[in-house]
Amino acid sequence: MEDDLITMDDLSNAEILSLLDDAEILLPVAHGETYLPLLQGRLLANMFFEPSTRTRMSFETAMKRLGGDVVNLGDVRSSSAVKGETLYDTMRMVDGYCDIAALRHPRQGAAQYAADACSISIMNGGDGAGHHPTQTLLDLFTIRQAHGKLSGLKVALVGDLRYGRTVHSLSHALARFECELIFISPAQLSMPEEILADLALHGTKMTESEDLYGAIPEVDVIYMTRIQKERFPDEDEYAKVAGIYTLNAADLAGARAEMIVLHPLPRIEEIHPDVDSTPHARYFEQAFNGVVTRMALMCRLLGVDVPGGGA
Amino acid sequence: MSAGEMRRVTAINNGTVIDHVPAGAALAVLRMLGISGDRASPISLVMNVPSSKHGRKDIIKVEDRELTQDELDRLALIAPRASVAIIRSYTVAEKREVSLGEELVNIARCTFSNCITTNPREPQDHRLKVVAPDPLELRCRYCGRPQDMAELVENLI
Repeated sequence: MEDDLITMDDLSNAEILSLLDDAEILLPVAHGETYLPLLQGRLLANMFFEPSTRTRMSFETAMKRLGGDVVNLGDVRSSSAVKGETLYDTMRMVDGYCDIAALRHPRQGAAQYAADACSISIMNGGDGAGHHPTQTLLDLFTIRQAHGKLSGLKVALVGDLRYGRTVHSLSHALARFECELIFISPAQLSMPEEILADLALHGTKMTESEDLYGAIPEVDVIYMTRIQKERFPDEDEYAKVAGIYTLNAADLAGARAEMIVLHPLPRIEEIHPDVDSTPHARYFEQAFNGVVTRMALMCRLLGVDVPGGGA
Repeated sequence: MSAGEMRRVTAINNGTVIDHVPAGAALAVLRMLGISGDRASPISLVMNVPSSKHGRKDIIKVEDRELTQDELDRLALIAPRASVAIIRSYTVAEKREVSLGEELVNIARCTFSNCITTNPREPQDHRLKVVAPDPLELRCRYCGRPQDMAELVENLI
Protein backbone atom coordinates (compact mmCIF):
# COMPACT_ATOMS: atom_id res chain seq x y z
CA MET A 1 0.00 0.00 0.00
CA GLU A 2 0.91 3.68 -0.15
CA ASP A 3 3.13 5.18 2.56
CA ASP A 4 0.30 7.44 3.71
CA LEU A 5 -3.44 7.14 4.17
CA ILE A 6 -5.01 10.31 2.79
CA THR A 7 -8.16 8.98 1.13
CA MET A 8 -9.66 5.52 0.79
CA ASP A 9 -8.30 5.51 -2.78
CA ASP A 10 -4.90 4.80 -1.23
CA LEU A 11 -6.16 1.30 -0.36
CA SER A 12 -7.25 -1.48 -2.70
CA ASN A 13 -10.23 -3.61 -1.67
CA ALA A 14 -7.85 -6.46 -0.85
CA GLU A 15 -5.78 -4.15 1.36
CA ILE A 16 -8.90 -2.95 3.16
CA LEU A 17 -9.98 -6.51 3.89
CA SER A 18 -6.49 -7.48 4.99
CA LEU A 19 -6.36 -4.49 7.38
CA LEU A 20 -9.74 -5.50 8.82
CA ASP A 21 -8.39 -9.04 9.30
CA ASP A 22 -5.39 -7.64 11.19
CA ALA A 23 -7.73 -5.52 13.29
CA GLU A 24 -9.74 -8.63 14.16
CA ILE A 25 -6.56 -10.34 15.41
CA LEU A 26 -5.67 -7.29 17.49
CA LEU A 27 -9.03 -7.16 19.32
CA PRO A 28 -7.71 -8.80 22.54
CA VAL A 29 -4.80 -6.33 22.53
CA ALA A 30 -7.19 -3.39 22.12
CA HIS A 31 -9.27 -4.75 25.01
CA GLY A 32 -6.16 -4.95 27.19
CA GLU A 33 -6.47 -8.73 27.55
CA THR A 34 -3.14 -9.37 25.84
CA TYR A 35 -0.01 -7.22 25.74
CA LEU A 36 1.62 -7.17 22.35
CA PRO A 37 4.24 -4.41 22.07
CA LEU A 38 4.58 -4.51 18.29
CA LEU A 39 5.28 -0.77 18.08
CA GLN A 40 7.60 -0.44 21.08
CA GLY A 41 10.03 2.42 20.54
CA ARG A 42 7.83 4.06 17.91
CA LEU A 43 6.50 7.57 18.35
CA LEU A 44 3.18 8.91 17.01
CA ALA A 45 2.60 12.64 16.49
CA ASN A 46 -1.04 13.53 17.13
CA MET A 47 -1.47 16.73 15.15
CA PHE A 48 -5.01 17.93 15.78
CA PHE A 49 -5.55 21.49 14.57
CA GLU A 50 -9.29 21.07 15.18
CA PRO A 51 -11.16 19.70 18.18
CA SER A 52 -11.39 15.92 18.36
CA THR A 53 -12.20 13.50 21.14
CA ARG A 54 -12.59 10.02 19.70
CA THR A 55 -10.17 10.21 16.80
CA ARG A 56 -7.34 11.74 18.82
CA MET A 57 -7.88 9.47 21.83
CA SER A 58 -8.22 6.32 19.76
CA PHE A 59 -4.98 7.01 17.88
CA GLU A 60 -3.28 7.55 21.22
CA THR A 61 -4.84 4.45 22.78
CA ALA A 62 -3.93 2.36 19.73
CA MET A 63 -0.27 3.41 19.85
CA LYS A 64 0.03 2.87 23.60
CA ARG A 65 -1.70 -0.54 23.51
CA LEU A 66 0.98 -1.59 21.04
CA GLY A 67 3.79 -0.40 23.29
CA GLY A 68 4.56 2.83 21.43
CA ASP A 69 4.33 6.40 22.63
CA VAL A 70 2.59 9.59 21.55
CA VAL A 71 3.37 13.29 21.43
CA ASN A 72 0.46 15.69 21.02
CA LEU A 73 0.27 19.04 19.31
CA GLY A 74 -1.76 20.10 22.34
CA ASP A 75 -4.17 22.99 22.29
CA VAL A 76 -3.88 24.61 18.89
CA ARG A 77 -4.35 28.02 20.54
CA SER A 78 -1.02 27.61 22.29
CA SER A 79 0.82 26.07 19.32
CA SER A 80 2.97 27.93 16.83
CA ALA A 81 0.10 27.82 14.29
CA VAL A 82 -1.41 30.85 16.02
CA LYS A 83 1.90 32.66 15.57
CA GLY A 84 1.45 32.20 11.84
CA GLU A 85 3.61 29.14 11.27
CA THR A 86 2.74 27.39 8.02
CA LEU A 87 1.54 23.80 8.04
CA TYR A 88 4.60 23.00 5.94
CA ASP A 89 7.02 24.23 8.61
CA THR A 90 5.12 22.54 11.44
CA MET A 91 5.08 19.22 9.62
CA ARG A 92 8.77 19.43 8.66
CA MET A 93 9.52 19.75 12.35
CA VAL A 94 7.28 16.80 13.24
CA ASP A 95 8.96 14.80 10.49
CA GLY A 96 12.16 14.98 12.53
CA TYR A 97 10.57 14.24 15.89
CA CYS A 98 8.31 11.25 15.20
CA ASP A 99 7.89 8.04 13.20
CA ILE A 100 4.28 8.53 12.05
CA ALA A 101 1.66 11.30 12.31
CA ALA A 102 -2.11 11.60 12.51
CA LEU A 103 -3.39 14.94 11.24
CA ARG A 104 -6.69 16.75 11.56
CA HIS A 105 -6.94 20.20 10.05
CA PRO A 106 -9.77 22.62 9.19
CA ARG A 107 -8.41 23.15 5.65
CA GLN A 108 -9.28 20.65 2.95
CA GLY A 109 -6.23 19.06 1.34
CA ALA A 110 -4.08 19.55 4.46
CA ALA A 111 -3.28 15.84 4.78
CA GLN A 112 -1.95 15.43 1.24
CA TYR A 113 -0.08 18.70 1.64
CA ALA A 114 1.52 17.41 4.85
CA ALA A 115 2.33 14.08 3.21
CA ASP A 116 4.16 15.90 0.42
CA ALA A 117 6.18 17.80 3.03
CA CYS A 118 7.13 14.78 5.16
CA SER A 119 9.03 11.54 4.81
CA ILE A 120 7.13 9.89 7.69
CA SER A 121 3.68 8.36 7.06
CA ILE A 122 0.70 10.68 7.41
CA MET A 123 -2.72 9.41 8.43
CA ASN A 124 -5.56 11.75 7.55
CA GLY A 125 -7.74 12.25 10.61
CA GLY A 126 -10.08 14.62 8.76
CA ASP A 127 -9.33 17.61 6.52
CA GLY A 128 -12.10 20.23 6.38
CA ALA A 129 -15.09 18.72 4.59
CA GLY A 130 -12.71 16.40 2.73
CA HIS A 131 -11.79 12.87 3.78
CA HIS A 132 -11.65 10.88 6.99
CA PRO A 133 -10.41 7.45 5.91
CA THR A 134 -9.59 6.01 9.34
CA GLN A 135 -13.22 6.64 10.32
CA THR A 136 -14.19 4.71 7.19
CA LEU A 137 -11.98 1.79 8.18
CA LEU A 138 -13.63 1.55 11.58
CA ASP A 139 -17.09 1.92 9.99
CA LEU A 140 -16.33 -0.91 7.57
CA PHE A 141 -14.96 -3.04 10.40
CA THR A 142 -18.15 -2.54 12.41
CA ILE A 143 -20.39 -3.32 9.43
CA ARG A 144 -18.43 -6.49 8.64
CA GLN A 145 -18.49 -7.50 12.30
CA ALA A 146 -22.30 -7.29 12.30
CA HIS A 147 -23.09 -8.72 8.87
CA GLY A 148 -20.10 -10.99 8.27
CA LYS A 149 -19.50 -9.31 4.91
CA LEU A 150 -19.26 -5.93 3.27
CA SER A 151 -20.52 -6.59 -0.21
CA GLY A 152 -24.07 -6.26 -1.42
CA LEU A 153 -25.50 -4.53 1.66
CA LYS A 154 -28.12 -1.80 1.54
CA VAL A 155 -26.95 1.23 3.51
CA ALA A 156 -28.81 4.45 4.36
CA LEU A 157 -26.62 7.48 5.04
CA VAL A 158 -28.59 10.09 6.93
CA GLY A 159 -28.29 13.75 7.90
CA ASP A 160 -25.57 16.14 6.83
CA LEU A 161 -24.31 14.61 3.63
CA ARG A 162 -22.96 17.90 2.26
CA TYR A 163 -20.42 18.83 4.91
CA GLY A 164 -20.05 15.49 6.69
CA ARG A 165 -16.68 14.13 5.63
CA THR A 166 -17.30 10.70 7.17
CA VAL A 167 -20.15 10.01 4.75
CA HIS A 168 -18.06 11.10 1.77
CA SER A 169 -15.28 8.61 2.46
CA LEU A 170 -17.72 5.88 3.51
CA SER A 171 -19.89 6.18 0.38
CA HIS A 172 -16.88 5.73 -1.87
CA ALA A 173 -15.76 2.69 0.09
CA LEU A 174 -19.19 1.05 0.22
CA ALA A 175 -19.62 1.64 -3.50
CA ARG A 176 -16.39 -0.29 -4.09
CA PHE A 177 -17.91 -3.24 -2.25
CA GLU A 178 -21.04 -2.99 -4.40
CA CYS A 179 -23.35 -1.83 -1.66
CA GLU A 180 -26.59 -0.06 -2.53
CA LEU A 181 -26.71 3.45 -1.07
CA ILE A 182 -29.67 5.58 0.01
CA PHE A 183 -28.77 9.21 0.71
CA ILE A 184 -31.28 10.74 3.12
CA SER A 185 -30.96 14.45 3.83
CA PRO A 186 -32.76 17.77 3.54
CA ALA A 187 -32.14 19.29 0.08
CA GLN A 188 -29.67 21.90 1.37
CA LEU A 189 -27.50 19.16 2.91
CA SER A 190 -27.58 16.69 0.04
CA MET A 191 -24.53 14.77 -1.18
CA PRO A 192 -22.21 17.02 -3.27
CA GLU A 193 -22.59 16.71 -7.02
CA GLU A 194 -18.98 15.68 -7.61
CA ILE A 195 -19.34 12.73 -5.24
CA LEU A 196 -22.59 11.60 -6.88
CA ALA A 197 -20.84 11.88 -10.25
CA ASP A 198 -17.90 9.76 -9.01
CA LEU A 199 -20.24 7.13 -7.63
CA ALA A 200 -22.28 7.07 -10.84
CA LEU A 201 -19.05 6.51 -12.75
CA HIS A 202 -18.51 3.35 -10.69
CA GLY A 203 -22.04 2.19 -11.54
CA THR A 204 -23.21 2.52 -7.92
CA LYS A 205 -26.86 1.74 -7.28
CA MET A 206 -28.06 4.76 -5.29
CA THR A 207 -31.08 6.92 -4.56
CA GLU A 208 -31.60 10.28 -2.87
CA SER A 209 -34.50 10.83 -0.50
CA GLU A 210 -35.69 13.01 2.37
CA ASP A 211 -37.64 10.18 4.03
CA LEU A 212 -35.72 8.35 6.75
CA TYR A 213 -38.60 6.50 8.35
CA GLY A 214 -39.85 4.88 5.15
CA ALA A 215 -36.38 3.46 4.49
CA ILE A 216 -35.92 1.77 7.89
CA PRO A 217 -37.53 -1.62 7.04
CA GLU A 218 -35.50 -2.15 3.87
CA VAL A 219 -31.90 -1.42 4.92
CA ASP A 220 -29.06 -3.37 6.56
CA VAL A 221 -27.31 -0.31 8.00
CA ILE A 222 -28.53 3.14 9.05
CA TYR A 223 -25.60 5.52 9.31
CA MET A 224 -26.74 8.63 11.20
CA THR A 225 -24.72 11.84 11.24
CA ARG A 226 -24.85 15.03 13.24
CA ILE A 227 -25.93 18.20 11.48
CA GLN A 228 -22.77 20.19 12.11
CA LYS A 229 -23.58 23.64 13.45
CA GLU A 230 -20.02 24.83 12.88
CA ARG A 231 -20.31 24.29 9.10
CA PHE A 232 -23.28 26.68 8.72
CA PRO A 233 -22.82 30.32 7.76
CA ASP A 234 -25.48 31.51 10.22
CA GLU A 235 -27.76 30.40 13.02
CA ASP A 236 -30.99 30.73 10.98
CA GLU A 237 -29.81 28.34 8.29
CA TYR A 238 -28.83 25.84 10.97
CA ALA A 239 -32.16 26.18 12.79
CA LYS A 240 -34.05 25.23 9.61
CA VAL A 241 -32.55 21.74 9.54
CA ALA A 242 -31.41 21.03 13.11
CA GLY A 243 -33.21 18.04 14.58
CA ILE A 244 -34.85 17.11 11.28
CA TYR A 245 -33.97 13.42 11.70
CA THR A 246 -34.21 11.74 15.08
CA LEU A 247 -34.31 8.02 15.68
CA ASN A 248 -36.28 6.60 18.59
CA ALA A 249 -36.48 2.96 19.62
CA ALA A 250 -40.11 2.90 18.46
CA ASP A 251 -39.05 3.93 14.93
CA LEU A 252 -37.03 0.71 14.67
CA ALA A 253 -39.98 -1.60 15.25
CA GLY A 254 -40.20 -2.52 11.56
CA ALA A 255 -36.45 -2.88 11.05
CA ARG A 256 -34.78 -6.14 9.99
CA ALA A 257 -33.45 -8.09 12.99
CA GLU A 258 -29.83 -7.78 11.87
CA MET A 259 -30.07 -4.09 10.91
CA ILE A 260 -27.49 -1.92 12.71
CA VAL A 261 -27.50 1.77 13.57
CA LEU A 262 -24.15 3.54 13.37
CA HIS A 263 -23.10 7.11 14.17
CA PRO A 264 -19.58 8.60 14.06
CA LEU A 265 -20.44 10.49 17.31
CA PRO A 266 -20.84 12.88 18.98
CA ARG A 267 -24.61 12.65 18.70
CA ILE A 268 -26.81 15.56 19.66
CA GLU A 269 -30.45 14.77 18.95
CA GLU A 270 -30.14 12.30 16.07
CA ILE A 271 -30.41 9.15 18.17
CA HIS A 272 -32.52 9.06 21.32
CA PRO A 273 -30.82 7.27 24.24
CA ASP A 274 -33.65 4.70 24.22
CA VAL A 275 -32.11 3.26 21.03
CA ASP A 276 -28.95 2.38 23.01
CA SER A 277 -30.57 -0.65 24.60
CA THR A 278 -31.92 -2.08 21.32
CA PRO A 279 -29.94 -4.81 19.50
CA HIS A 280 -29.58 -2.41 16.58
CA ALA A 281 -27.36 0.11 18.38
CA ARG A 282 -23.70 -0.35 17.47
CA TYR A 283 -22.26 3.17 17.75
CA PHE A 284 -20.32 2.58 20.96
CA GLU A 285 -18.75 -0.61 19.56
CA GLN A 286 -18.06 1.45 16.45
CA ALA A 287 -16.16 4.04 18.54
CA PHE A 288 -14.19 1.27 20.21
CA ASN A 289 -13.35 -0.21 16.82
CA GLY A 290 -11.49 3.02 16.09
CA VAL A 291 -8.75 1.74 18.38
CA VAL A 292 -8.34 -1.65 16.78
CA THR A 293 -8.46 -0.47 13.17
CA ARG A 294 -5.94 2.29 13.87
CA MET A 295 -3.68 -0.28 15.52
CA ALA A 296 -3.79 -2.36 12.36
CA LEU A 297 -3.19 0.69 10.17
CA MET A 298 -0.17 1.92 12.13
CA CYS A 299 1.41 -1.53 12.05
CA ARG A 300 0.92 -1.63 8.28
CA LEU A 301 2.30 1.86 7.64
CA LEU A 302 5.29 1.25 9.92
CA GLY A 303 6.05 -2.04 8.17
CA VAL A 304 5.34 -4.21 11.21
CA ASP A 305 3.56 -7.52 10.56
CA VAL A 306 0.69 -8.50 12.83
CA PRO A 307 1.37 -12.13 13.90
CA GLY A 308 -1.09 -14.35 12.01
CA GLY A 309 -2.29 -11.36 9.97
CA GLY A 310 -2.67 -10.70 6.27
CA ALA A 311 0.32 -8.38 5.55
CA MET B 1 -2.33 30.14 -41.18
CA SER B 2 -3.69 30.99 -44.62
CA ALA B 3 -2.34 33.82 -46.78
CA GLY B 4 -5.52 35.81 -46.02
CA GLU B 5 -4.95 35.52 -42.30
CA MET B 6 -1.30 36.44 -42.74
CA ARG B 7 -2.23 39.72 -44.37
CA ARG B 8 -3.95 40.95 -41.21
CA VAL B 9 -0.58 41.27 -39.49
CA THR B 10 2.82 41.74 -41.03
CA ALA B 11 5.33 38.91 -40.91
CA ILE B 12 7.88 39.07 -38.12
CA ASN B 13 11.63 38.81 -38.45
CA ASN B 14 12.37 36.94 -35.22
CA GLY B 15 10.12 35.75 -32.43
CA THR B 16 7.15 33.47 -31.74
CA VAL B 17 3.78 33.04 -33.43
CA ILE B 18 1.04 31.38 -31.39
CA ASP B 19 -1.79 30.19 -33.61
CA HIS B 20 -5.12 28.47 -32.89
CA VAL B 21 -5.70 30.29 -29.61
CA PRO B 22 -9.42 30.04 -28.69
CA ALA B 23 -11.29 33.16 -29.86
CA GLY B 24 -11.15 35.87 -27.23
CA ALA B 25 -8.42 34.22 -25.14
CA ALA B 26 -5.39 36.09 -26.56
CA LEU B 27 -5.19 38.64 -23.75
CA ALA B 28 -5.37 35.89 -21.13
CA VAL B 29 -2.60 34.04 -22.96
CA LEU B 30 -0.36 37.11 -22.83
CA ARG B 31 -1.10 37.52 -19.13
CA MET B 32 -0.32 33.88 -18.54
CA LEU B 33 3.01 34.19 -20.32
CA GLY B 34 3.85 37.32 -18.35
CA ILE B 35 4.04 39.43 -21.52
CA SER B 36 2.92 42.99 -20.89
CA GLY B 37 2.48 45.94 -23.28
CA ASP B 38 5.47 47.84 -21.91
CA ARG B 39 8.12 45.61 -23.48
CA ALA B 40 10.37 47.17 -26.10
CA SER B 41 9.53 44.91 -29.06
CA PRO B 42 6.12 44.79 -30.74
CA ILE B 43 3.36 42.33 -29.95
CA SER B 44 0.60 41.77 -32.54
CA LEU B 45 -2.80 40.33 -31.71
CA VAL B 46 -5.44 39.21 -34.15
CA MET B 47 -8.70 38.26 -32.51
CA ASN B 48 -11.80 36.47 -33.76
CA VAL B 49 -10.48 35.59 -37.20
CA PRO B 50 -12.23 32.76 -39.09
CA SER B 51 -10.61 29.36 -38.66
CA SER B 52 -11.30 26.30 -40.76
CA LYS B 53 -10.58 24.04 -37.75
CA HIS B 54 -12.22 25.84 -34.84
CA GLY B 55 -14.70 28.38 -36.27
CA ARG B 56 -12.92 31.43 -34.88
CA LYS B 57 -9.55 31.87 -33.27
CA ASP B 58 -6.97 34.38 -32.03
CA ILE B 59 -3.36 34.68 -33.21
CA ILE B 60 -0.47 36.24 -31.26
CA LYS B 61 2.90 37.35 -32.58
CA VAL B 62 5.60 38.21 -30.10
CA GLU B 63 8.66 39.76 -31.70
CA ASP B 64 12.24 39.18 -30.56
CA ARG B 65 11.36 36.54 -28.02
CA GLU B 66 11.45 32.78 -28.41
CA LEU B 67 9.09 31.19 -25.93
CA THR B 68 10.43 28.06 -24.27
CA GLN B 69 8.55 24.76 -24.14
CA ASP B 70 8.00 25.27 -20.40
CA GLU B 71 6.40 28.64 -21.05
CA LEU B 72 4.24 27.19 -23.80
CA ASP B 73 3.03 24.34 -21.62
CA ARG B 74 1.48 26.92 -19.32
CA LEU B 75 -0.95 27.60 -22.14
CA ALA B 76 -2.50 24.15 -21.82
CA LEU B 77 -5.04 25.57 -19.40
CA ILE B 78 -6.64 28.03 -21.84
CA ALA B 79 -5.22 27.16 -25.26
CA PRO B 80 -4.59 23.42 -25.30
CA ARG B 81 -4.75 23.22 -29.11
CA ALA B 82 -2.44 26.17 -29.79
CA SER B 83 0.31 25.59 -32.30
CA VAL B 84 3.48 27.56 -32.01
CA ALA B 85 6.11 28.58 -34.57
CA ILE B 86 9.50 29.97 -33.68
CA ILE B 87 10.50 32.47 -36.38
CA ARG B 88 14.10 33.28 -37.31
CA SER B 89 14.87 35.59 -40.24
CA TYR B 90 11.26 35.54 -41.47
CA THR B 91 11.17 31.74 -41.72
CA VAL B 92 9.71 29.09 -39.46
CA ALA B 93 12.74 27.63 -37.68
CA GLU B 94 10.81 25.32 -35.31
CA LYS B 95 7.26 24.18 -34.69
CA ARG B 96 6.08 23.36 -31.20
CA GLU B 97 2.88 22.06 -29.67
CA VAL B 98 1.43 22.82 -26.28
CA SER B 99 1.67 19.62 -24.28
CA LEU B 100 -0.49 18.69 -21.35
CA GLY B 101 1.27 16.57 -18.75
CA GLU B 102 -0.32 14.69 -15.87
CA GLU B 103 -0.22 17.73 -13.61
CA LEU B 104 -0.15 21.51 -14.04
CA VAL B 105 2.43 22.76 -11.57
CA ASN B 106 2.41 26.40 -10.40
CA ILE B 107 0.24 27.56 -13.28
CA ALA B 108 -2.90 28.35 -11.31
CA ARG B 109 -4.08 28.24 -7.72
CA CYS B 110 -6.93 25.94 -6.67
CA THR B 111 -10.25 27.78 -6.78
CA PHE B 112 -11.69 26.23 -3.61
CA SER B 113 -11.70 28.84 -0.84
CA ASN B 114 -10.99 26.34 1.96
CA CYS B 115 -8.12 24.52 0.25
CA ILE B 116 -4.87 24.43 2.25
CA THR B 117 -3.10 26.12 -0.68
CA THR B 118 -5.14 29.32 -0.29
CA ASN B 119 -2.76 30.38 2.49
CA PRO B 120 -0.30 32.41 0.40
CA ARG B 121 2.50 31.62 2.86
CA GLU B 122 2.31 27.87 2.34
CA PRO B 123 5.41 27.24 0.22
CA GLN B 124 4.74 24.01 -1.67
CA ASP B 125 3.84 23.92 -5.38
CA HIS B 126 0.29 24.47 -6.58
CA ARG B 127 -0.61 21.22 -8.34
CA LEU B 128 -3.67 20.53 -10.46
CA LYS B 129 -4.11 16.97 -11.69
CA VAL B 130 -5.32 16.41 -15.24
CA VAL B 131 -8.35 14.11 -14.94
CA ALA B 132 -9.37 14.38 -18.61
CA PRO B 133 -7.60 16.23 -21.44
CA ASP B 134 -10.49 17.14 -23.75
CA PRO B 135 -12.59 18.80 -22.51
CA LEU B 136 -10.02 19.67 -19.90
CA GLU B 137 -10.92 18.53 -16.36
CA LEU B 138 -8.63 19.38 -13.49
CA ARG B 139 -8.67 18.54 -9.79
CA CYS B 140 -6.52 19.99 -7.06
CA ARG B 141 -3.88 17.47 -5.94
CA TYR B 142 -4.46 18.44 -2.32
CA CYS B 143 -8.17 19.08 -1.72
CA GLY B 144 -9.39 17.02 -4.70
CA ARG B 145 -11.96 19.60 -5.78
CA PRO B 146 -12.84 19.77 -9.50
CA GLN B 147 -11.82 23.14 -10.91
CA ASP B 148 -14.14 25.55 -12.65
CA MET B 149 -12.23 26.70 -15.74
CA ALA B 150 -13.66 30.25 -15.79
CA GLU B 151 -12.69 30.75 -12.14
CA LEU B 152 -9.32 29.12 -12.66
CA VAL B 153 -8.28 31.66 -15.29
CA GLU B 154 -8.73 34.30 -12.57
CA ASN B 155 -6.32 32.30 -10.38
CA LEU B 156 -3.40 32.18 -12.79
CA ILE B 157 -0.02 32.49 -11.11
